[in-house]
Amino acid sequence: MTDATMSSVTAPSSAPLGRRGPLGSVLVHAGLIAASIAMLYPLLWMLSASVRPEDEIFASTSLWPSSIDFASYLRGWFGLDVSFGRFFWNSLVVSVLTVIGNVVACSLAAYAFARLRFAGRNFWFAIMLGTLMIPYHVTLIPQYVLFLNLGWVNTFLPLVVPKFLASDAFFIFLMVQFFRGIPRELDEAAMMDGCGAWRIYWKIMLPLSLPVLATAAIFSFIWTWDDFFGPLIYLNDMNTYTIQLGLRTFVDSSSTSDWGGLFAMSTLSLVPVFFFFLFFQRLLIEGIATTGMKR
Amino acid sequence: MAAVQDTAVVVGAGANGRPAAQGRWASIWAKHGAGYMFLLPWLIGFFGLTLGPAVASLYLSFTSFDLIRAPEWVGTANYARIATADPKFAAAMQVTFLYVVLSVPFKLTFALLVAILLDRGVRGLTVYRAIFYLPSLLGGSVAIAVLWRQLFAGDGLINSLLAQFGIEGPSWISHPNYSIWTLVVLSVWQFGSPMIIFLAGLRQIPTDMYEAASLDGASKFRQFYKITLPLLTPVIFFNAVVQTIDAFKAFTPAFIISGGTGGPINSTLFYTLYLYQEAFGNFRMGYASALAWILVLIIALFTAFSFLTSRYWVHYDD
Repeated sequence: MTDATMSSVTAPSSAPLGRRGPLGSVLVHAGLIAASIAMLYPLLWMLSASVRPEDEIFASTSLWPSSIDFASYLRGWFGLDVSFGRFFWNSLVVSVLTVIGNVVACSLAAYAFARLRFAGRNFWFAIMLGTLMIPYHVTLIPQYVLFLNLGWVNTFLPLVVPKFLASDAFFIFLMVQFFRGIPRELDEAAMMDGCGAWRIYWKIMLPLSLPVLATAAIFSFIWTWDDFFGPLIYLNDMNTYTIQLGLRTFVDSSSTSDWGGLFAMSTLSLVPVFFFFLFFQRLLIEGIATTGMKR
Repeated sequence: MAAVQDTAVVVGAGANGRPAAQGRWASIWAKHGAGYMFLLPWLIGFFGLTLGPAVASLYLSFTSFDLIRAPEWVGTANYARIATADPKFAAAMQVTFLYVVLSVPFKLTFALLVAILLDRGVRGLTVYRAIFYLPSLLGGSVAIAVLWRQLFAGDGLINSLLAQFGIEGPSWISHPNYSIWTLVVLSVWQFGSPMIIFLAGLRQIPTDMYEAASLDGASKFRQFYKITLPLLTPVIFFNAVVQTIDAFKAFTPAFIISGGTGGPINSTLFYTLYLYQEAFGNFRMGYASALAWILVLIIALFTAFSFLTSRYWVHYDD
């Protein structure tokens, strides 16, 4: 399946259905621009709602605020008993640890699957692919009981430790695909020179795999940053809340009073993801096009 | 990992007259040890966090368990109640299937349509692609669900826009007939990632096929139905399976938009939301485990069904 989608999406298009006339071209652009505006309008509206005076938020459908005022950011930041600074910090800690865990643990397993010979390799590889199909709901409750008994509820451990055990098997698959594309002659030459498996992994595979490691790191970060379900289950103490839980608490406590503050914090929560979109767009799009990732 | 090199030495020593058994173990280790060392974290995770819990969950699904007292064996009572005496389960199934059936076709049609427009050498392709992809990337967050809750509220942005055309809209999120549609629209809004996969698929179709067809006088429509669509069926199939499984598992938007209730009148009670309520609201862990296994069964049946029927419509010839 991945082979069918394995082309570089950034290659210039070659106009398969023939050239359009100037009128057709104008119509297509008109349609695409209209669609773009419709897509972006809610996001831009939220951005503008976060900086406009409170009484104007619901009175106006325009995207341009009459005056710009960052007061809602200040109100929102301190809108709950615990400040949003804490939530952002917690999200950052969980996300960064997840990135490290995923990159380290998944690349170790992927190296074993892609390069090392050992009994049962194909069997374990099939099992690994099988785990990709299992919805997490099946393991959810026993895992919760396990972490509860370990005293890990209200810590980041249940969110982070599984990543160091390569629980995001999708990234193993992604890396195996990439590692297989690295010329075998390189490891064979290194083996001749007396390098062991560890040195080959560390000195050859990892340095040559920076694109796939970066893709895995970025998607790990974004998915963890946006994750709501995991924190919802494991974090009950407001001091441990991630940004997504903070927003949820805010919307429940102030749904009718402080929309400005809510939109300000919502906008801020999207900034890190937007940053990755802005600077690593090509990596993200290629990641999706070649592997069929869902987001 | 130094162990790997050490064992190589031991193997050499074994050949020089050490006891044979020790040599054999050492050579087995030298041959397979490194692989298992690298696989170790994943193996621990697999047994400790996947296989073990899956077995435990299957056991729990036949028990009554509230986290405090030990699980009590109840046989098939949980499943029997799900099948016959749980109106909320029926409601959740109905809502989830409705969501899948509405959101996936709309989303994929839109994704395919835009991908085809973009594929024909449009100027500014990368800009459009970026704009259409952005919602997919942001859409899973609570912030977007919060925004949606406002957009479709009674005094929300959508109704303000409609009012400019003299239309008075209902309160979309608090009306049981419309609330599911707000979630469908949110899903369709995120058509960007299947669109990117479609774009990659379209690039695979050789241009000379179109050239030959148009020399033979085939119209654009005909070319689309006879060339583009059949050759794209593997990608359509892939997108459909991925998006459907994903839609079965949707949680966050329904949770935020309904404030965790699945209301009004269970109209946004996604299956996963019901499972969450049973497990972490009512602490019926045994019952929730049974619900989880039913979800697995549904997804497995759906996947098997798609693969079985795919041979009748998915075009694989290369």
